[in-house]
Amino acid sequence: MKNFLLSVIAIIVFSAILQPFMPWYVIAIVAFCTGYLVQQSSIAAFASGFIAMFLLWTVYAGILSHANGDLLARKVATLIPLGGNVIVLLVITGFIGGLVSGLASLTGRLAASE
Amino acid sequence: MKNVKFILFLLLTVGLIVLLNTKLGMAPPFGRFLNPFQGFWQNAEKANAWKDEEAKVTGLKDEVKVYFDERLVPHVFAKNDEDLYFMQGYITAKYRLWQMEIQTANAAGRLSEVVGERTIDVDRMQRRIGMSYGAEAAQDYIAKDTSSKKLIDAYCAGVNAYIKTLKPKDYPVEYKLLDYKPEPWTAMKVALLLKNMANMLSVFEYDIENTNFVAKYGEKNFRQLYPDFIDAEDPIIPKGTAWQAGEPDSNYRIVYGCDGEPMKIHRETSNMNAPHELFANAIEKPDEITGSNNWAVSGSKTKSGKPILCNDPHLRLSLPSIWYEMQLVSPNMNVYGATLPGSPAVIIGFNDSIAWGVTNGGRDVRDWYKVKFKDASRNEYEYNGQWLKSEKRVEVYKVKGKPDYLDTVIYTRFGVVVFDQNFGTADSKKNLAMRWTAHLPSNEFKTFYKLNCGKSYDDYIDALKNYTCPAQNFVFASRSGDIAIKQQGRFPVRNKASEQGKYVSDGTTDKDEWKSFIPNEDNPTIKNPERGFVSSANQHPTDSTYPYYYPGVGVYENYRNRRINKLLSDGKDIDVAFMKKMQTDNYNLLASEALPVLLSLLNKSSLTSDEKKIVDELTKWNYFNNAHEVAPVYFDIWWNELRKLLWDEMADKNIPMKQPTFYVTVEFLKHDSTSEFYDNLSTPDKKETREDIVLMAFKRIEDTLRKKDFTEVNEPYDTDDNYTKDDLKPHDWGGYKDTKISHLANLDPFSSLHVYNGGNIGVINATNTTNGPSWRMIVDEGVMKAYVVYPGGESGNPGSAFYDNMVGPWAKGQYFEANFMQQTGDLGNKKLFVSTFKP
Repeated sequence: MKNFLLSVIAIIVFSAILQPFMPWYVIAIVAFCTGYLVQQSSIAAFASGFIAMFLLWTVYAGILSHANGDLLARKVATLIPLGGNVIVLLVITGFIGGLVSGLASLTGRLAASE
Repeated sequence: MKNVKFILFLLLTVGLIVLLNTKLGMAPPFGRFLNPFQGFWQNAEKANAWKDEEAKVTGLKDEVKVYFDERLVPHVFAKNDEDLYFMQGYITAKYRLWQMEIQTANAAGRLSEVVGERTIDVDRMQRRIGMSYGAEAAQDYIAKDTSSKKLIDAYCAGVNAYIKTLKPKDYPVEYKLLDYKPEPWTAMKVALLLKNMANMLSVFEYDIENTNFVAKYGEKNFRQLYPDFIDAEDPIIPKGTAWQAGEPDSNYRIVYGCDGEPMKIHRETSNMNAPHELFANAIEKPDEITGSNNWAVSGSKTKSGKPILCNDPHLRLSLPSIWYEMQLVSPNMNVYGATLPGSPAVIIGFNDSIAWGVTNGGRDVRDWYKVKFKDASRNEYEYNGQWLKSEKRVEVYKVKGKPDYLDTVIYTRFGVVVFDQNFGTADSKKNLAMRWTAHLPSNEFKTFYKLNCGKSYDDYIDALKNYTCPAQNFVFASRSGDIAIKQQGRFPVRNKASEQGKYVSDGTTDKDEWKSFIPNEDNPTIKNPERGFVSSANQHPTDSTYPYYYPGVGVYENYRNRRINKLLSDGKDIDVAFMKKMQTDNYNLLASEALPVLLSLLNKSSLTSDEKKIVDELTKWNYFNNAHEVAPVYFDIWWNELRKLLWDEMADKNIPMKQPTFYVTVEFLKHDSTSEFYDNLSTPDKKETREDIVLMAFKRIEDTLRKKDFTEVNEPYDTDDNYTKDDLKPHDWGGYKDTKISHLANLDPFSSLHVYNGGNIGVINATNTTNGPSWRMIVDEGVMKAYVVYPGGESGNPGSAFYDNMVGPWAKGQYFEANFMQQTGDLGNKKLFVSTFKP
């Protein structure tokens, strides 16, 4: 449990620090390293990677959008045919980040248990 | 085992990242686009978070302050002209960068670099009509004028200084969607942008179409349907005005009869210079042109005793808007108005001494020549019995996701060969070269710079000398009380007897070549006329006594001009309120003249009871195309269907032809009861009469309405009355017209759909489905106040509250008072924030 939380927090913190300066897939490197270093099961590695990025991306995107009155998000959620549903757009955003991060974290864990 | 699992998930992870980082078809790279740190979420502008800011910008000579008002309009205060234009570039780029880039990419024939191979033919057309060629000529010419060059370079430096501040997360959202990044700005791009405008406004030539019509239907029909002048018209320079240049020449006048008079031809020779052949290719032109309005009223007719000037240019409406509103202040000038993103100076506006505006002159500034090459290599072409060498240019098109495309374009002394065996449809053996005044070296910037600094009528006339292409009617008013209008451009002196420029010209001799140009002083102009006002609405610039020949059949407006001139000549004690009402006037003069004719020709005995109700609605209509009216819908459908049936002889896409003007069409229906043209070609067994096709067109009204999809409309309202949504009939004019302001990349969620308003082609409020007044301006020289509006917003960011905030007010016919700041003033409670830029 403690390692799981540690993993989640580490991924969130280091991604948040590095993402403004680097291409988005730096999250994979952060998640890989965390997966490698933190002792946990493969499933936990994937889950912590996924949850960390899902939270970071949806919350940050949500804050940015809310300050904008969701003006742009509603338009993009129509452009990508989601019927203008901002929540769905946020979930997709989180899901994409989460999936990459989860897989990278799992890959890190698998590399460590060689 | 573990090894395999590791490699598997490694590949999976990397594969997923690559997939999410790649643009697939129309979809953006989703990893890049959706991540909140770099993706589109960063473009979600914080609402109401404006605060003063300071920034250091390399390239400035001195401090510049930019005040932003409640509509985000920037008021730039600089200490010298270079910093002023630098900042104009910087600020314009800050709010409209993507628009600037995509419009110049379009002009340069480089859309395919961004969009892919589906725009190759669009790109090829742009290069083949010589857009880049003309821009290069302009750029070279401007470079010789050191002060112009300095200021244009400053503008470019400003744009580039802004671009340098951008990180990928700051790119406008369209760059993120299309997956590319901004390019440095250059003086060439400024030239391209102005050529782009020129291109949009140079469409008033029908050489090929006229030639085709004469070849197929003969001279007599051509003269009847495409007269040079009409008795009932109301030209820009009033009828009967004496000309300073030379003797008026009435030998070639052709007059179309009206009110019962048969057609008269006053012509010494019937010597048609049209080649007797058909051409399959022509530049596609819009079916009806929306045009623009401007007018100025002198103090003799206004309440204040000082002039009032008005202008509303009509263009294809888009988001971001074509115009960007600004104020520019330096020790040399204090000017306010509409600017074109990508080019320095104010294009339409006013300063503390004068005001000016433009409408399209509609003059023919493009001529087509049929060139004859020696052989299939096309290395030489015939000229006066000799062979001249062609100049070949290989145009390279970089195509996104594909290899480069090459297109060889040939240049001759007759212009650039647009249509040939490699471009255009089957008619491959005909090499058509196009001569265009936009290919001439020119410095349009100087005109606008001088107008921006101008203080008097003399400054205005001096400023216009530099203006070359296309023909524009510059209206003028000064605080000291002068009003004037001048049609300015460079126009070739044309041979009257051969009607040079009306048909495809001879491209093997010098017979039809442009040998000289009409001197600036001889361009149509008038100052402080007795009638107390000047105006233009794309009508004939002159009556038939003008000493220089100009082709212009099927081109000129004859409705808005007459309505404008009637309102102005009847008007007394004119004030701003009068002008607001006039600019948004929905009276349909065409309907008032055409409908009685149509109704008199309609055989009412065969109508159903529903159809009789339509006739009733039409009969009691007051001819105002107001949004909540139903009659305009019936008339519009009836009129359009009738024209399709009547002029079906001109509908063959393989033989381009132009329909006669609306005015000629109405006169034709009134006076000619037996013409062959009434016959509908799709019914070979039947020979239709006038009454037959009027009835056929009428019968299509209900069917058209049944098929149309009436979607929910925005904000139902009306200018004069208070209508609620419940009052709306299911298919009223506002709903049927369904005005749409499209995003430049045609993305619906970034467009303004279902903009509910009135108006139409031929109405002062010339708003149809896609085009309309892109800027409305009223300048009251008495109190030195101006009222403006445009259908869009100052910000080009779809995520900003200022992207389309003025669309609603514009549709409602509302205006905003321009905050015309003085050097010592401030914005008070209209201030949003102030940016201070230091070197």
